[in-house]
Amino acid sequence: MFAACADPKSIEGLTWAMCYLTSGKHQDFYWSFVTVLVLLAITAPTALAMGFAGATAARSHVAPISWLGKIYIWMVRGVPDIVFFLFFVIALDQVIEYAKSAAVCPSTDPYPWQGLEFRVCQAAKVPLSSASPFAHKLYGFALAVVTFAIVFGAFAANVIYGAMQAVPRAQLETAEAYGMSRAQVFRRILVPQMWVYALPGLGNLWMILIKATPLLFLLGVKDIVYYARELGGSKTQSYEYPHGDWRLWYFLGLMVFYLVFTRVSEIGLTRLTRRLSHGQATAGGEALRKAAT
Amino acid sequence: MKKLLLTTAVLLLGTTAMAQDVVRLATEGAYPPYNFINDAGEVAGFERELGDELCKRAGLTCTWTTNEWDSIIPNLQSGNYDVIIAGMSITDEREEVVDFSQGYLAATPSAYLAASPDADLMSGPVAAQTSTIQAAFVAENGMQLVEYATPEETVAAVKNGEAVAVLADSDYLRPIADGSGGALVLLEKMENIGGGVGAAFRDSDDELRGKFDAAIQSMKCDGSLDAMITKPEYFGPDAPTAWGEKAKEGC
Repeated sequence: MFAACADPKSIEGLTWAMCYLTSGKHQDFYWSFVTVLVLLAITAPTALAMGFAGATAARSHVAPISWLGKIYIWMVRGVPDIVFFLFFVIALDQVIEYAKSAAVCPSTDPYPWQGLEFRVCQAAKVPLSSASPFAHKLYGFALAVVTFAIVFGAFAANVIYGAMQAVPRAQLETAEAYGMSRAQVFRRILVPQMWVYALPGLGNLWMILIKATPLLFLLGVKDIVYYARELGGSKTQSYEYPHGDWRLWYFLGLMVFYLVFTRVSEIGLTRLTRRLSHGQATAGGEALRKAAT
Repeated sequence: MKKLLLTTAVLLLGTTAMAQDVVRLATEGAYPPYNFINDAGEVAGFERELGDELCKRAGLTCTWTTNEWDSIIPNLQSGNYDVIIAGMSITDEREEVVDFSQGYLAATPSAYLAASPDADLMSGPVAAQTSTIQAAFVAENGMQLVEYATPEETVAAVKNGEAVAVLADSDYLRPIADGSGGALVLLEKMENIGGGVGAAFRDSDDELRGKFDAAIQSMKCDGSLDAMITKPEYFGPDAPTAWGEKAKEGC
């Protein structure tokens, strides 16, 4: 990056440290923080939407829809995350390529699943093998978002389902007595009131999601923990910047990052809970009302 | 919306028609001098140079990708890349699931790295990387095996006393012993395991394997493979992995 860094083995002290910390690999490391933050920013709302859809489906009066919602919650919650992350992604990738192969491959091609191998014609590869490394990364990232959203969506669905059941029956009955339809009761009474019950559970999930991002590496996305381990590991003379085992320092840095991030989240969640408690028929809402008078 | 979908479809199909076949090479990127990620964040090491040269000779366009060792074979079978060039020893067990090219490195002796030269291998666990020939060897020879996902972790296990020694390719361990300032030493005892290192392909990819085989053969014949192996930054002038006279067979 800097002219002084052309021959790393001849420099020392502060210049060495500066060159070391701005090496190409370190820049990848810094970018991986952005990757993780972007992943969280996309996954959290998607998972919440999945959760809301799942919970609404599970509460449905139409039996097949209700089964669908319940099976989704039950299946994803019942499978260990790591199994899901290892199996589901390869399966999803193969299904996508299979669908594309049906459209673009010659129909004389053999069935893609042959024993242990999965084989489609070159044109059906997603992304194409000629695509740029960035396209491959983006695809891996998209698979990661979908997988995280499905897994965390199931947990969120369970939390939201419970929160919907927790809204006092009297509130809904009153609304019905005013002549509101089922959809109106759901939209105007149930959903606005259930958030305050869902928030502690959703806040927990958010914290777990932050800490689950190292699972990204299983999906082929190089995250901050991967880079910390890779950069911190002792480097022999094969490398430009040989050093001993520095993993402790890198992991300490990560610890600070995670602690600051979860602390900021906690503060945000506390504020949100306060806001949502206003005017609610809960102990929290009652406390706010008393404090105001 | 319909127009948008149509345009995307046309774009996708259009690019597939133009797509030149690109061969994707995969490596682990954590096993210097075989392969590692250098400080610029790129795949480097002996296998990087070898792979690039083989592609050039075979007239192929190649790109590199890295994959963790544990799932490197399943991802090959699933078609995420086409070739594994990752210091993978040719074994019967692996031959059952993938096809190997001819070896590009002769059988390498494996060495033990320990904290002291008189370490007793039977006195405690011996570390090795998961799914390697060394891990199988340790387990089969009555030593207590402790496995780690990356080579780096196997060495760390010896440093902090979790294992008495680590068994790995001597070419990987020697620079570590040299750079440790005497804290870690190679034991005298070496194990001759493995039948050379080759590139791995899907069973059904005979055509691609043939191209690489021919390229490796041509590199052996004109001596450029040995010249590459014995470079000081890779395996050094006395490398036991070099082919020597054997390389001239069948030229």
